[in-house]
Amino acid sequence: MTPDAALIRYVTRLGDNALVLGQRMIELVAASPELEEELANANFALDYIGQARMLYTHAGEREGQGRNEDDVAFLRAEHEYRNLLLVEQPNGHFGDSTVRAVLFESFYVLLLDALTRCDDEGLAGIAARAVKEVRYHLKHSSQWLVRLGDGTEESHVRAQQSLNDLWRFTGEMFADDEVDRIVRDEFDGPDLNVIAGQWRQAVAAIVGAATLEMPADGWMASGGKSGRHTEHFGYLLADLQYMQRVYPGAAW
Amino acid sequence: MSKDEWPLYEVFIRSKSGLSHRHAGSVHAADDDMALTNARDTYTRRNEGVSIWVVRSDRIVASDPAETAAFFEPAEDKIYRHPTFYEIPDEVDNL
Amino acid sequence: MYTQGLDQAGKSDPAGAETKAQLDAFQARVDAEEKIEAKDWMPEAYRRTLIRQISQHAHSEIIGMQPEGNWLTRAPTLKRKAILLAKVQDEAGHGLYLYGAAETLGISRDRMVADLLSGKAKYSSIFNYPTLTWADIGAIGWLVDGAAIMNQIPLCRCSYGPYSRAMVRICKEESFHQRQGYEIMLTLCRGTDEQKAMAQDALNRFWWPSLMMFGPSDAASKHSAQSMAWKIKRFSNDELRQKFIDVTVPQAEYLGLKVPDDKLRFDEETGHYEHSDIDWQEFFDVIAGNGPCNEQRMAKRRKAHDDGAWVREAARAHAAKRAKAAA
Repeated sequence: MTPDAALIRYVTRLGDNALVLGQRMIELVAASPELEEELANANFALDYIGQARMLYTHAGEREGQGRNEDDVAFLRAEHEYRNLLLVEQPNGHFGDSTVRAVLFESFYVLLLDALTRCDDEGLAGIAARAVKEVRYHLKHSSQWLVRLGDGTEESHVRAQQSLNDLWRFTGEMFADDEVDRIVRDEFDGPDLNVIAGQWRQAVAAIVGAATLEMPADGWMASGGKSGRHTEHFGYLLADLQYMQRVYPGAAW
Repeated sequence: MSKDEWPLYEVFIRSKSGLSHRHAGSVHAADDDMALTNARDTYTRRNEGVSIWVVRSDRIVASDPAETAAFFEPAEDKIYRHPTFYEIPDEVDNL
Repeated sequence: MYTQGLDQAGKSDPAGAETKAQLDAFQARVDAEEKIEAKDWMPEAYRRTLIRQISQHAHSEIIGMQPEGNWLTRAPTLKRKAILLAKVQDEAGHGLYLYGAAETLGISRDRMVADLLSGKAKYSSIFNYPTLTWADIGAIGWLVDGAAIMNQIPLCRCSYGPYSRAMVRICKEESFHQRQGYEIMLTLCRGTDEQKAMAQDALNRFWWPSLMMFGPSDAASKHSAQSMAWKIKRFSNDELRQKFIDVTVPQAEYLGLKVPDDKLRFDEETGHYEHSDIDWQEFFDVIAGNGPCNEQRMAKRRKAHDDGAWVREAARAHAAKRAKAAA
C-alpha cells in the first residue's frame, strides 16, 4: 500500500467512526432520559456529523477522483466502511450508550491529540478542531458514568453490566494494522501501543470514580477496521443510505 | 417543585469578555456539574458565551414586589445625584 | 407555535379573594404595556391561562421533534442531516425555555410532563400527521414553521415577561427553520419529476392541517376577548390564518406547486385570498386523540420517560451521596 493510499484509508476510517457513532446518537433523538440530555446528545451528534464531513471531504480531496463528502458517506458497500465495531453497537439503554461513549471517547481524544501533530496538515487541522469537541463529550459521558456507577443499586448493576458487555469491543481500537503503521511511520501518526497504555489509565480512573470494576481482558472482537461488521451494521446502513440508493444521482 | 424533579438552576452567560454575565434562562440538573454542562448545551449552541454561572434557583434572595415602593421609590427624588441636576455655563469645559 | 388551546381560559379565583381594585390595577398595568413579572400580583385566571398556553406550547415543541426526527437517520445528505438535527434540537431547546417560563408561574415541569403523558394536556394537532417522504421535512419547515412564526412573533410582546423573553429567544433561533424548509422544497421542485411529485404530495397533505394550526374561528370562542384584553393574545386566529394564506400562496406559485383548494382565489377588492371552508371536524377529531399518529407520538414520549426513570433517579441518588459526603 502506498503511503497516500494508506492515509486516505485512515482518514476515511476516522470519518466512518464519526459518522456511525453520530448516526447511533441520532437514533436517540426524542428518547433521552431528560430534556436537558436531549440537547446535549444532539450537540454531540452534530459534532460527530461535522467531523465526518470534514474527514470525508479531506479524504476525497487527497484521493483526487472528485468524490465529495456524500459520495464517500453514502455510496459504499457495507464491507467498505471501516469503523470500529464498538461505535456501531446498538444504543441499548442509557448505561450502554454512556459506556460506549466513555470507552470510545477516551480513546478518540488521545488519538486526535496525537493527530494534531501528524505530518498531514489537513488531518492535523481537523484533529485540532475535533479534539476540543471530544474533550467536552468525554467530560460529559464520564460524569454520567460516575453518576450511574455511584448512583442507585440498580444503576450500579446496569452500568457494570454495560461495561462488561462492551469491553470485548475495546481491543480492536489498539490492534494496529498496515494502515495504522504506515500512517505512524510515514506521517508521524499516533502509536497505538502508547495510546493503549494511556487509555487504560484514563478509563481505570473513570471506572474507579464510578465505583465500578474494570472488566478482565478476555476475548476481543475485531473486524470493523477491515470491513467485517456485526449484524447490526447493515440496518444502520439501510437507513443511512436509503434516499441515495432509491433516488440515485438526485440533488437534495 | 416535586420531590422527584432535579432542582432548577438559573443560568447567567457572559457573551464576551468585558461584558457582565446576564440571565439567560434556567435548566434542571441533579448536581452542580450537570447544571454547568446542561447550561452550556442549552444556552450556548450559537456561540453565545465565553463564561457561564449557574446558581440553584432556591438560593437566590430576591426583593419582594409588594415592597417595590419602599425599596425603590425613595431613590426617585434624589435628583442631585445625577449630573444633569447642575447648571454649568457652556464656556466651562471639561466638567 | 402551537397555542391552539389558548381559548380555554383559566378558571377564575376560586376563593373569590380578588378585589376589583386589584383587578383594575392589574389591567391598568397591562394597558400601559408594562410587563408582568413572575412574583407580581396577577389574577388567578391570568396565571392559569398562561400556564395552560405556555405548557401546551412547550408540549408541542417536544412532540414536534418526532415527525421531523423520523427522517434524521434517513436524511439524503450529510448537510441536510446536520441542518435537520440542529432544527430538531432547537425544538427541544424551545420546549425547555417554555417549560422554564411556565415554571415561573408556580407549576413544576414534572407536573406539566405528567399532564402531557396522561393525555390531560394537549399539544398542537399538526404533529399527529405522519412524515411519509423527505419532502414532508420541507413542507413542515415551510408551512408548519411558517404558521408558527405568524403566531409567535406577536407573542414576543405578550404581557407576561418570562413568556415574552422566551419567545424573543425562540423567534430569533427559529429564523432559519422556515427558510431551510422552503429551500428543501425549492430543490425538489427544481429536481426530477419524481422529486417534484413528492413536493406536491407533501403540500397536499400538509396544507389543510397547517391552516388548522391557527385554531378555530374566534367567533366560536368566548375567551379570546379576555386573552386579548390581557395582551396575551394580540391578533385573532382568523386574522393570523388569513395573513399566513396571503403570504404562502405566492410562495407555492413560485415553486410551481398547486395549493390543494379549488376555491382559492385572490380578491382584488380586499387584497386577500378567499379559500374553501376548513374541515373542523377533522381538527376536533385529531385534538381528541383520533389523528393518524396520536397514539404513536404519545407512546414514544411515554417510553422515553419510563426508560429514563432509573437514570434520573441514579443522578439524584449520586447528588445526595455527594452532598452528604461534603457535609
